[in-house]
Amino acid sequence: MCGIAGLIHRGKSSNVGSELQGMLQALKHRGEDSTGYALYGDTDGKNFIMRFKVGENVGEGSSSIMEDVSVYDERKKIVDQHIAEIGAKVIKEERILPYSLRYEIEYEANDLLDFSQKVESIPGVEILSMGKSLEVIKDLGNAKVVCDRYNLDKLVGTHAIGHARMATESGVDIKSAHPFWGYPFSDVSVVHNGQLTNYWNNRRMLENKGMRFMSECDSELIAVYLAEKMRNGATLEEGMKESLTGLDGVFTYFVATKDSLGMAKDTMAAKPLVLYESDDLVAMGSEEIAIRSVLPHEIDTYDPFDGMVKVWQI
Amino acid sequence: MANLKTEDKKTKAQSMGLHTETLTGKTQQKFFNPDEAENFFYWGTHDVDFNKRTELDVKEMDCITANKEIENLMSQGFGTIVIKNPQGKHSLGVGILNKLNLIFEGSLGYFGVGSIDGPVVRINGRVGWSCAENMMAGKVVIEKNAGSCFGAAIRGGDLICKGSVGARTGIDQKGGTIIIGGDAGAFTGFMMQRGRIIILGDVGINLGDSMYDGILYIGGKIGSFGSDAVESPMTKSDIDWIERKLKVAEIGQGFDISKMTKVVSGKKLWNYDALEPTEKKGAI
Repeated sequence: MCGIAGLIHRGKSSNVGSELQGMLQALKHRGEDSTGYALYGDTDGKNFIMRFKVGENVGEGSSSIMEDVSVYDERKKIVDQHIAEIGAKVIKEERILPYSLRYEIEYEANDLLDFSQKVESIPGVEILSMGKSLEVIKDLGNAKVVCDRYNLDKLVGTHAIGHARMATESGVDIKSAHPFWGYPFSDVSVVHNGQLTNYWNNRRMLENKGMRFMSECDSELIAVYLAEKMRNGATLEEGMKESLTGLDGVFTYFVATKDSLGMAKDTMAAKPLVLYESDDLVAMGSEEIAIRSVLPHEIDTYDPFDGMVKVWQI
Repeated sequence: MANLKTEDKKTKAQSMGLHTETLTGKTQQKFFNPDEAENFFYWGTHDVDFNKRTELDVKEMDCITANKEIENLMSQGFGTIVIKNPQGKHSLGVGILNKLNLIFEGSLGYFGVGSIDGPVVRINGRVGWSCAENMMAGKVVIEKNAGSCFGAAIRGGDLICKGSVGARTGIDQKGGTIIIGGDAGAFTGFMMQRGRIIILGDVGINLGDSMYDGILYIGGKIGSFGSDAVESPMTKSDIDWIERKLKVAEIGQGFDISKMTKVVSGKKLWNYDALEPTEKKGAI
């Protein structure tokens, strides 16, 4: 059991970091092995923001192997070299935790595949997100712990999706935590609640087409699946509709891009989702209490039906 | 072959037509005898006065505290309790086994008013998954929408949602009536065993999948029939019964009941034998 939540403000910005923290904290009973945020902040849109990790959180409850912190420094140095070699320039860097970093990068190319492959060729390095608005932050612990650790409560933006995870089929680590970046597409992220039963068949097929998987978490498949559809010219909504038959199992998932937020529910309607829609705000979560954390007054909500796909623009 | 169903084994309850089956061999079942009524005490019930009314604000309470407070108010004889600010909390109003007017001024989360036996509940909001699960008697009215597994395994009473409901409404239903004013999702009436479901709007795919018994009445479009669910002709008694029930539910005024689709079990999946295994041995 995991919990997912998302919201999109239409026509205005808000304190989405704090709002999503409240929604995910309300769902912490659905899992607090790890929590992840995909936040779409207000930026000037000139530079890319890259969130990446050079190691794992090896704290209490982690399934990762302990490494010496000096290894993280070595990896960071190589990342810096590779970024320079590819013609990109780091404008600003923040090292939030020994293993977690945030770079603002000046990079002219639109295709991030070469860039990402170069950076991730370093063992132990993973790009959590890359985009001109998107920032994926994920770590072990519940929503408040992660929010406090990364100072997310002040982040202002238009929309956000997040995930409270109870680890089942893969490890308690950052690489298996949600959200997943829609590699190599700028500003695409995914969170998922459910189980995909044709994960390995799809993974083998997509790997043969050159797509990249970083974890053994079945949810990562959704991000890769949609990325592959979009690479072949499909719109986000078209890819999501195809996923209803292409992905087997039970699922409710959210996808976000720079200017939109979407949800899809499998044809069995086996996983929960409660939805609130108004002209200026859409909020949704695995349980109504998540929505209540941002809208405590009485509101009209509903459960989307089986096989439903919806996309909203900011 | 041994005759297992002789007239002299009939109980008083059977002769009154309350049930027809005859149990043989050792059994723990005890049938109701009006002469022993005083020996049947229903634990956890309270004598309440409907004219004695109070309000309870649960905004700052967790569900356990709120439910204990409702119990406390019932023990003081309050027969009408208004719950303020439920704010989507889970498992509120569960396990109430006596008559009570319970009003929620707002929405409930999962498992609201489950395992109740007798109260009349009105929810001026929405309910989450598995509302009124295992309800045995009483009446529950939801003014807005409901989540999935609405009325799972209910055994009796009237469960009414004026809006739309999610998937698997009436899953494993064993009795009672579920009435929906709007649409319903996939697998409505999944594995239902008894009871009836009325839906005025459309339903999703796999309606009545693997149903053993019971009846579904659908007013709108049907996504698809589930395994062993078949259409059956509407009779006058069906129409009269639905008309009565819709009046109780306060919905469907002017709705053309005669055009509803009646769905029952085809009973092709049934794989029962008339005899229990132990009885078979005796017969052999």
